[in-house]
Amino acid sequence: MTTNGQPKGRTLVFNILRFNPQEKGDKPRMVRYEVEEAPGMTIFIALNHIREQMEPSLQFDFVCRAGICGSCGMVINGRPDLACRTLTTKFPEGEITLMPLPAFELIGDLSVNTGEFMRSVAERVESWIHSEEAKAPDLDVLEERMDPDTADAIYELDRCIECGCCISACGTLRMREKFLGARGFMSVARFMADPRDDRTDADWYEVIGDDDGVFGCMTLLGCEDTCPKDLPHQAKIAYLRRRMVKA
Amino acid sequence: MKVVYTDSLVIGGGLAGLRVAIASKNRGLDTLVLSLIPAKRSHSAAAQGGMQASLANSVKSKDDNEDVHFGDTVKGSDWGCDQDVARMFAHTAPKAIRELAGWGVPWSRVRKGDREVVVNAERVTITEEDDDHGLITSRDFGGTKKWRTCYTADGTGHTMLYAMDNKAIELGIPVHERKEAIALIHEGDRCYGAIVRDMITGELIAYVANATTMATGGYGRLYSISTNAIINEGMGAAIALETGKAPLGNMEAVQFHPTAIVPAGILTTEGCRGDGGILRDVDGYRFMPDYEPEKKELASRDVVSRRMTEHIRKGKGVESPYGPHLWLDITLLGREHIEKNLREVKEICEYFLGIDPVKDFIPVRPTQHYSMGGVRTTPKGESPALRGLFSVGEAACWDMHGFNRLGGNSVAETAVAGMIVGEYVADHCLAHDVDIDIGTVRKFFDREQAKIDALLERTEGENVHELKAAMQQVMMDKVGIFRKGGPLAEAVEELKALLERSRNIVVRAKARSANPELEQALRVPRMIKLAICVAKGARDRTESRGAHAREDFPDRNDRDWLSRTLATWPDDDALEPELNYEPLDVMRMEMPPGSRGYGNAKTIEHPDTAKRVAEVEAITASLPDADRHEIQRALMSYELPEKYRGMNERSGVGTA
Ligand SMILES: Cc1cc2nc3c(=O)[nH]c(=O)nc-3n(C[C@H](O)[C@H](O)[C@H](O)COP(=O)(O)OP(=O)(O)OC[C@H]3O[C@@H](n4cnc5c(N)ncnc54)[C@H](O)[C@@H]3O)c2cc1C
Ligand code: FES
Repeated sequence: MTTNGQPKGRTLVFNILRFNPQEKGDKPRMVRYEVEEAPGMTIFIALNHIREQMEPSLQFDFVCRAGICGSCGMVINGRPDLACRTLTTKFPEGEITLMPLPAFELIGDLSVNTGEFMRSVAERVESWIHSEEAKAPDLDVLEERMDPDTADAIYELDRCIECGCCISACGTLRMREKFLGARGFMSVARFMADPRDDRTDADWYEVIGDDDGVFGCMTLLGCEDTCPKDLPHQAKIAYLRRRMVKA
Repeated sequence: MKVVYTDSLVIGGGLAGLRVAIASKNRGLDTLVLSLIPAKRSHSAAAQGGMQASLANSVKSKDDNEDVHFGDTVKGSDWGCDQDVARMFAHTAPKAIRELAGWGVPWSRVRKGDREVVVNAERVTITEEDDDHGLITSRDFGGTKKWRTCYTADGTGHTMLYAMDNKAIELGIPVHERKEAIALIHEGDRCYGAIVRDMITGELIAYVANATTMATGGYGRLYSISTNAIINEGMGAAIALETGKAPLGNMEAVQFHPTAIVPAGILTTEGCRGDGGILRDVDGYRFMPDYEPEKKELASRDVVSRRMTEHIRKGKGVESPYGPHLWLDITLLGREHIEKNLREVKEICEYFLGIDPVKDFIPVRPTQHYSMGGVRTTPKGESPALRGLFSVGEAACWDMHGFNRLGGNSVAETAVAGMIVGEYVADHCLAHDVDIDIGTVRKFFDREQAKIDALLERTEGENVHELKAAMQQVMMDKVGIFRKGGPLAEAVEELKALLERSRNIVVRAKARSANPELEQALRVPRMIKLAICVAKGARDRTESRGAHAREDFPDRNDRDWLSRTLATWPDDDALEPELNYEPLDVMRMEMPPGSRGYGNAKTIEHPDTAKRVAEVEAITASLPDADRHEIQRALMSYELPEKYRGMNERSGVGTA
């Protein structure tokens, strides 16, 4: 027992990949840290503890620390996930290995550059409403009506937080550098479902109608398995493929 | 020295900053956004509950309009807001929401026919009209007369930010990510951009601009427990303060949200109570109706947070290793509603508490949530002291929130202020040239470089994490929900001591490139300065108004304190800000000071109040045939960019 009457926590072992590519001569290595577990501890709390008490240079990214913003994707014991909402109690053996998400440029340690990648996906998919009306809407009049179910359905596909888990778990992307990936397909599905967007199947075919698009997917379903928001990747990729076959 | 030139420099890629950037770009200006992180990760994404706009589509929001929204906002602010700004805001909010609908936000819609809702802990059926089917719907929120908060399930901020950022991408606006503004470049009464540190390479870059807009969000992280993102450290306000010229407004106005989970401090949205959730104590008893018979759980946030704290002090809290808390009960809303409209809340409960809110009560307590204070601006969004420096969103004290902002009024402010101020930013750029000498830029660049060099060279000194934790604890303990002269005075002195110590920080990590300890070492002294502004402002304001609640001065004192606090930092060696007060002009107010109708505070009247009340009545009486728009104009005229002046159409009533 510790002094405040709480049972003493387990000693957790963190194995963390350390590498700062900005510093000449630095090499990737695994470093081990020991942390006493506290009640309700998440990987967010543990990493901050390590940084404040042991390793001031340790790099990682958290913003909302509530599973909302998608900043903290990393590979946790072999699986891409959001670190901020992963409780340490999830690991009965008490050993946690953390690696940066593969498939993105490494900034340092557990921090990767998802921003540039996601922007390029947005530009490729043109993830904005395409319509003449939307360009200069009259803001003084009643908004255009939308069926409530349609609005709900769009929201379901608009919930991606661009954490990058699907991208780093994608088997196809490892072989095909330009493969769009599940994030992009979800975005396409979202705008297809939106009646405000004028794009036709022929337009979409231009974006995803080849092997770097939806026909390249090898259906390994890393995306479906790892998506922290449980988005319906498998169903949507299959749907896009059927639609593009007919396009 | 690397220099980047642009017309319109926007610091901050949240909703507010992106909307200003879009306005600049649409006016043909070269525009550039800086952000600590990818724009879509900005804290705006975390807004769950919704955005207020008086669309009046749902049956529970009929008869809503700009006037009602304005009135709620002024009352919410405890008469501390700038009423001109509140008017500009209330008028433009419906346009903002319609604009965002055009840009792709899948706002939840009205469904015709019967619908079961929970009101005052009872299930009732409401019937939506056929005519309104498919228009944007809204939910109830605290401190509002009508159901005015529009939403997309519980991902409002997320869908808004994605639509906004996608619009910016469509327009080709560059967002320079992982770049931190660490100082403003200024000379005389003019701002010329910022010195920026690349957070990956460590390189400094001078961004020279015609207009510089601070859209850096709030300063919640001055407190150890906050609902805010961990990057909300107030750096925008801090570097404005460090110019020694630009004043910060009402820094002591800090909002505590009633329902953040214990211990993590993560928010459960006000939508929980708006949709019918209630608060219970250790005995399972619903206590809010005893304190606030009319609005109950849906009084304004400052009031509910204080009532909860009062109730905990009476011994009615639930004990836990992290201190006492109360329960939020949403079980009465039912599984279907929770899984659809409060899913984010459900996920948070599952992941962080291991409970299911469909069956279990949620442990909550009031927690730091929103910064009403910030970079003081004119109604056009410009600093009164530094021309070419603008500010929008939570970073600003534009001042539509006064001493308490209403839920749903903040994301609304970001979009609306972005639209309005964005036009004024563009006007500024088109009307002025950049007339700065490169030597001046160099001076600021060298100064910041020298600071970093000194930090990296120092071998002995203070630990930055310890200083930060000490500051956050002082703020929690002495500058919290209830405040008192003695502890506030102690807080100011303790923070000043921390500021002195922070001049001697040593970093253990010595890399010039990406270095989280160095980042903190640059920020913490600035955070302490902001903390002193908050504590000193709170110490000197001997009244209670909105979220600023003094136990030793429980009344709202309009006679002596109907004013806005302005803090400026005299010079680098100073340990505290100078405070000045900008009076609010009662004789100009459309809505002279009165009672909020919730909370129990008494008011010491301003000498002009009775006069202005009579005047308002006389003006209204003298226009028996006028419609509400004409009366409004007669009472208080206000400015708006030409393109946003049109009247707002509403379902069934046109523009009446
Ligand atoms: C959990 C939570 C829920 C909320 N829910 C609601 C709600 O339902 N309804 C509502 O109306 N309001 C809500 N709010 C409040 C609202 O979300 C925020 O006030 C609003 O989104 C702030 O937007 P912003 O654009 O001003 O700033 P932010 O979105 O915080 O963006 C700040 C930007 O500034 C950048 N930045 C900061 N410092 C620097 C620097 N030094 N250099 C460069 N860039 C910098 C950041 O990278 C970021 O891009 C909520 C707040 C919280 C904490
Ligand atoms: S930090 Fe935002 S999702 Fe983890």
